[in-house]
Amino acid sequence: MSRDVAFTSRLDALVAWGQKNSLWPMPYGTACCGIEFMSVMGPKYDLARFGAEVARFSPRQADLLVVAGTITEKMAPVITRIYQQMLEPKYVISMGACASSGGFYRAYHVLQGVDKVIPVDVYIPGCPPTPEAVMDGIMALQRMIATRQPRPWKDNWKYPYEQT
Amino acid sequence: MNKLETLKQNLAGKFKIENYKFIHAVGDDVLEVPKEDVPALLLFLRENGHFDFLMDVCGVDFPNREKRFDVVYHLFSSKDASRLRVKAQVGENESIGTVLPAWKGADWFEREAYDMFGIKFEGHPNLRRILTHHQFVGHPLRKDYDANLQQPCTSSLPIHFNNEPGSPGDVLNDKYVPLNIGPAHTAMHGTLRVMAEMDGETIVRCNNEIGYLHRCFEKMAETHPYNQVIPYTDRLNYCSAPMNNIGYCKAVERLLGVEIPPKAQAMRVILAELSRIIDHTIAIGTGAMDLGALTSFFYMFGLREQVYGLFEKLCGARLTVSMTRVGGMAQDAPEGWFDEVLALCKEIRKGTDEMASMVLDNKIFILRTKNVCPVSAQDAIQWGYTGPLLRASGVNLDLRKAKPYYGYDALDFDVPVGTTGDIYDRYLVRFEEMRQSVRIIEQVCKNVPGGDYTIRDKGIVLPEKKDVYGNIEGLMNHFMLIIKGLRPPVGEVYDATEAANGELGFYLVSDGSANPYRLKVRPPCFAIYQSYPTVVKGAMLADAIATVASMNLIAGELDR
Repeated sequence: MSRDVAFTSRLDALVAWGQKNSLWPMPYGTACCGIEFMSVMGPKYDLARFGAEVARFSPRQADLLVVAGTITEKMAPVITRIYQQMLEPKYVISMGACASSGGFYRAYHVLQGVDKVIPVDVYIPGCPPTPEAVMDGIMALQRMIATRQPRPWKDNWKYPYEQT
Repeated sequence: MNKLETLKQNLAGKFKIENYKFIHAVGDDVLEVPKEDVPALLLFLRENGHFDFLMDVCGVDFPNREKRFDVVYHLFSSKDASRLRVKAQVGENESIGTVLPAWKGADWFEREAYDMFGIKFEGHPNLRRILTHHQFVGHPLRKDYDANLQQPCTSSLPIHFNNEPGSPGDVLNDKYVPLNIGPAHTAMHGTLRVMAEMDGETIVRCNNEIGYLHRCFEKMAETHPYNQVIPYTDRLNYCSAPMNNIGYCKAVERLLGVEIPPKAQAMRVILAELSRIIDHTIAIGTGAMDLGALTSFFYMFGLREQVYGLFEKLCGARLTVSMTRVGGMAQDAPEGWFDEVLALCKEIRKGTDEMASMVLDNKIFILRTKNVCPVSAQDAIQWGYTGPLLRASGVNLDLRKAKPYYGYDALDFDVPVGTTGDIYDRYLVRFEEMRQSVRIIEQVCKNVPGGDYTIRDKGIVLPEKKDVYGNIEGLMNHFMLIIKGLRPPVGEVYDATEAANGELGFYLVSDGSANPYRLKVRPPCFAIYQSYPTVVKGAMLADAIATVASMNLIAGELDR
């Protein structure tokens, strides 16, 4: 019997545990939700308690993209580029009505949901969501990571624009 | 009426005033002129008529008319706070002369009118799209453009600069390094894009691009009933949402010709001043953060959370409150709310002083901001600055004093004015305004008038729930108002309030139906941000970041 087999599965669990407790979010705050996400980071709600403390503003240093705010058609190529630049493993939280579905902006210049261009793991409802809802979303994502939940939406994702 | 008569005399002999129409509409002075006269007339009005501010330029579309568009210029005089609206009709394939020689600030306003309506401004050096993306086809605010017709964008524009007259255009210079900052960058607040050409650390040329958060506010307003526009106004300036509610409702109320009861006025003043405080906390907190100080952010958000707590008690929401309704407030304040506001005032005062000593007395902060990118009073007026930035440049103009509303004239407060208009002055003014706001809130809270929190006009305000469920008349009123909507008379109005960042104006055209025919917002930072490339030219890159922060740009109202 090879010792490695048993060891690998435990190592997997260990890595998952470590990953879930050290999320490095990159806040992509474009609008109102961005301000509310700052509140979550701020002194009262303090996201650091969930092991998601170090907000990084560089996609190379982050593993969690928090899309907080409206994504317009003009912004879509930019956010796709940012997502592409993040290193594996990477996760996406879509925070608020606008990012999730376009919200009440059923309008000519608003992307009707960020999942049209990048794969989303967790949707947080609200306009903007309360900080408690954001924390619930982060915890939901942590459960997904801990259980190594399959993520077909991400595995099947293709870069939506022509590569230049 | 007097003012129009004087204007008529001033213009007589110089222009063919027999072709002009002098109208006095809903308290506004309006001048309808042929389009050929516009550039000369506006230049004359600026130089001789004391109208020193160009607040806004916008278009209105009337598809069934022979000359399809109205181009509307909103003028303002800082001497006596009077306003004048100049309107000219332009056909589909015609163009109108630019007013750039009179005001530098006309640049983006005219570009926006071109983008939204396709109105061509002759002589404008850089008439390109500004809010919609570069692959966009058509002009979205025309009545025949479907609000829901999205057009995907597949690429971003490369680094580009304005085609200034005399310069070789968008060609990059080999000697310098082109540098792109944003739109996804911390210092650019998520949605701003700045492109600079660098000589070492110095900015040789600079250009900014906006439109990354163009959420079609104006089109949405056109397709929704009056009261349903209120949540959209929340999301214009999401740092001080109640102020936008108030500004919008005030415009609609003026068009309807109703006055809200004293208690609603007092509540609106308190809400507005509280939002001014939290808006300034964000401006200062994130501003200091952009300069590398993280502590200020935590301090400021501590204060802000407490104000959020009060908003939550008042209406259940934190950030986007939608607390006002046309005709008053949505509901009364809960028991003891005003006492809690008074208690919080003490905390805010203490917090402001602590914060001020931490930021303003900090040597690094002083060195980074003093005499950095100053804006002279003359330039500020030319660009159309309003609010704290204008006052930092040394112009004493505050709509709360110049044209008081909601009983501001009965309150005792000062308007802080700076001297040089550098970044340090802007923060000084903001801190002092926070202190003055606390003074105002305390005065109002100590004697809140009794009475109703809203008017009870059946055609404007929904009946109370106990009437809706309790008697047939209330039920019918509710149904009628929900189905028919509130309908202001045919007409138009421009109404402005002093928001946290400057003059927030709403230009509202009503055709008598349940939706606004046209709603144009005059956001304060749109006029301010267009001056950015000029202000930071020749400065260091780090100073450019400090300038963005001090301008307190809120993308929601910048792009709408």
